[in-house]
Order: sequence, then structure tokens, then C-alpha cells
Amino acid sequence: MSAAADTNGGGAPMKRRVVVTGLGAVTPLGVGVDALFDRWAAGECGILGGAGACTDFEPSELLSVKEVRRLDRFSQLALVSAAEAIAGSGWDGELPYDPFRVGCVVATGIGGIQTVENQLDVQRERGAGRMSPLGIPAQMSNAAAAAISMKYGLKGQAFAVASACSSGAHAIGSALRMIQWGDADAVVVGGSEATLTTFGFGSFNAMQALSPTGISRPFDARRDGFVMGEGAALLVLEEASAAAERGATVLGEIAGYGSTSDAHHLTAPEPSGVAATRAIELALSEAGVEPDQIDYVNAHGTSTQLNDAAETAALKRALGEERAYKVPISSLKSATGHLLGAAGAAEAVVTIKTLLTRIIPPTLGYEVPDPECDLDYVPGEARPLVLANGHPPVALSNSFAFGGHNVALVIKGPQPTPQS
Amino acid sequence: MATVTAEQVQERVVETLASFGPDADQITRESTFEELDIDSLDLVELAQVVEDDYGVVLKGEDMKELKTVGDAIDLIVSRAE
Repeated sequence: MSAAADTNGGGAPMKRRVVVTGLGAVTPLGVGVDALFDRWAAGECGILGGAGACTDFEPSELLSVKEVRRLDRFSQLALVSAAEAIAGSGWDGELPYDPFRVGCVVATGIGGIQTVENQLDVQRERGAGRMSPLGIPAQMSNAAAAAISMKYGLKGQAFAVASACSSGAHAIGSALRMIQWGDADAVVVGGSEATLTTFGFGSFNAMQALSPTGISRPFDARRDGFVMGEGAALLVLEEASAAAERGATVLGEIAGYGSTSDAHHLTAPEPSGVAATRAIELALSEAGVEPDQIDYVNAHGTSTQLNDAAETAALKRALGEERAYKVPISSLKSATGHLLGAAGAAEAVVTIKTLLTRIIPPTLGYEVPDPECDLDYVPGEARPLVLANGHPPVALSNSFAFGGHNVALVIKGPQPTPQS
Repeated sequence: MATVTAEQVQERVVETLASFGPDADQITRESTFEELDIDSLDLVELAQVVEDDYGVVLKGEDMKELKTVGDAIDLIVSRAE
């Protein structure tokens, strides 16, 4: 029964399980999830000239004239990613659920900043009367969620969430809760960002956050800042029994979500990682997973001095030193740069692919160890995922943000089917 | 301003509307904005083009009455005279 939350005999709703049935992405490694994962696993890097741009993305080939005109680049990236995720889920142009039971949550850290910049130019050069009526609807942070909702007729809750670099992971957490507690049976969820603009580069440069060498090498002693990237990643989440009932292919399960805030500093992580640790512990606890069951960690790993050290400290606290030293950890940002509001979603996508393929892609460019970052960051090349504790494989994906927002997701690989 | 002909206005309107999405050869005087999927936001942009090109100011209340491409062309031509 999927139309409302199940109850356990009383009036209280019972928490429902949430599975992943579709994945989509547009990233600096290409259009599509295969380009993202296969190229990263092959050790290819999508960063060029100090930025991770989606150079293979041609909006006019993938979207209608109207969509291209009306959508800021961040929404264009999201819409194309959503199309892949929805097609992959097998919805085939028809929703398998009551449209009012299907939500859409698309995160963005910044929103349609290119639109804002363009319209400010128009305002200054030609006057406010010549600004586009599409300015606000294109730049608004919920524009991507609105576009996906309209295109696919999703009539449940649709909105954006924003928490800078944790946005994508917060979106998944929000969608998870919606389905768990019966507010929706499915949610199209993810994150999108397109800030390779004058404002984006200028502002991040001014705060000396970007790598002056233009190299993203998380956890390496030579790391000197993050490399800005752009892109989007979307997932289709469904209530587990409803997905099973319709015969959906389950790609994974969002099993745990934990979120905390440092309450420490506008941009710097709290160095001991105590709040980040708490987020990881909350996610593990919800998933019912012990640290020694974690087979892989997809790190936030930004390539900044502070983040990578604090994340390492948090992993040691949350998993215990013994497990922290054993578990393989890699950072997608070494291959794409930092996708900001899309990062958590893209990292959830590659984490699911890691559990499905049993291939752990490497942290590219990692060569020189740092005493503050002394865990196994999967240097060099991809390696097989070795299961610590039988089936299904389990991974942790971290996101930490300006503002001190921490999110941890525990993701399980698909359960083996009872028949097999 | 030199006199504008209905033909000139039609050409400019069709070109502008086509840039919003519909195929140019799909746009006739009889086409309704609804069937062309031209909405109020598109019409505001059309009004900006018309004001730039012909000095004709079209307000929201003017636009509300417009149902077809021909309605828009006739209004612009009458205001431009």
C-alpha cells in the first residue's frame, strides 16, 4: 500500500525504506552517468584550465528552444540529468504513481547567477525597463525543480534546498524523509550548479578558496584550494515496496542520513570535526550500520587544506581509528572539481555506481602524503571494492559546506534478489 | 518616425515569436498565442522589441486582449501610425 504511510497497527506512521531506481548526471566528465563514472574510474580528469566545465554539454541539442531560453544553465543541466534518471527508472513517459505523490527536490548552492549577471548588465547599459521578464524566474533557486516538475507532471512537493556545498546531499536527505514518512511515494531529487561566471570566479578567488595552481588533489600535502566545477546530478528515489511491486530495478538504498552544523565559522570547518562526526554517526545509526561494515567512503575531499584535514579527523572519530585506516576513501572532486550545490548529488550517484560495479575510482593526483591526512585515499588507479562484511555493500558519502553544514549519507548496494 | 507597414511589422513579430520557440512557418496571422505556446512572459518580451523598434508602448492591459498574432500586428500598426 503506497498511497499513505504504513502504520504498525496504531496511528503512528512507520518509517518506510527508500530505494534508488534511476541516476542521471551532466558533469565535466561528460553528459551521462556512464561518462561520469567510467571516465573517473579510468583515471580521467575533466578539469581544464583550472575549471571543471561541462564542455560536452550542448543545451540546444538536448532541450527545446523554449527550454534553452527560459532556463538558466543550472536548470538546463538539471533538466537533462533528470531526463536520464527518469528514463533509467523505467517510468517511460508515464508516472507509476499518483502525480500528487511524486515530489521533486533540486538543490543549488547559488542558483541562476549567470542570469543575474546578464540582467545586471542590461539594467546598467539599457535601463531597468529593458530587463527580461524571465530574469527572476530563470535565476530563482527553485527554477530547476519547477522545470522538472512541469516537464514530467510531478505534482507533489517541489522545491529547492540550499546549503552551499552540502546542498545536493541535503536534497537527498529531504527527499528521503518525504518518502520515509509517507509524504511522497517517489521523489526526483538532486542538485545543480553553474557558477563558472565572473561573479563566481571573482568571489571565490577573493576569498582565496580556489586553487592557484588549478589542480584538484584532495588529501595531497600540496593541495592548495578547490577547483570550481559545474554540473548536475539527479536520482529517482522510490518507496521500496512500491518499487518492488512495479518490478523496478533497484540500484541502491538510501539507508541513513545525518545532518549537523558546526556553529563555528562562516567558511572554515571546525578543525576537530566534532559536528561532522556527529552527522556521520547519525547516518550510521539510522542505517543500522556499524563502522566496520562500511566498505567505501566517498569523501567530500575538496582539496583545501582545512577541509581535507577536518574530514580526516571526523572519519577517525566517527569510524574509529582502526576502521578509518582500513576503509578505502576517494574524492570525485579530483576528477571534476567542486560542483558546489550539485556535489553531494553527483557523489551519491558515483557512490551508488561504486557499489553496483564493485569498482572504487581513485583520488586523482594524490601523491604526496600529509601527516594530517594519513588514511587510504585510493591513490593511483581504481581498485576492486572488497566487502568488509558480506552483502549488501555499504558506503558513506560526506558533504561539508560553507556555513558549517555537514551531511552524511549511508548508501547500501542493492539487496540480492531472493531468487538468486 | 517613417511609416511602418503591416508587412514590416508582421515580419518582425513572426521573427521575434519564432525566437521564443515555435517554428516560423507555423506562425500565421490566424495563429493563436495559445496554440503557439506563447505565454504572458513571451508577450512582455515581444512588447520590449516592439517598443525598441517602433516606439510603441504596449501595456499589460493591451496584451491581455490579444488572442492571435494578427491581433498583435494590428494593434502595433495602429499605434505606430
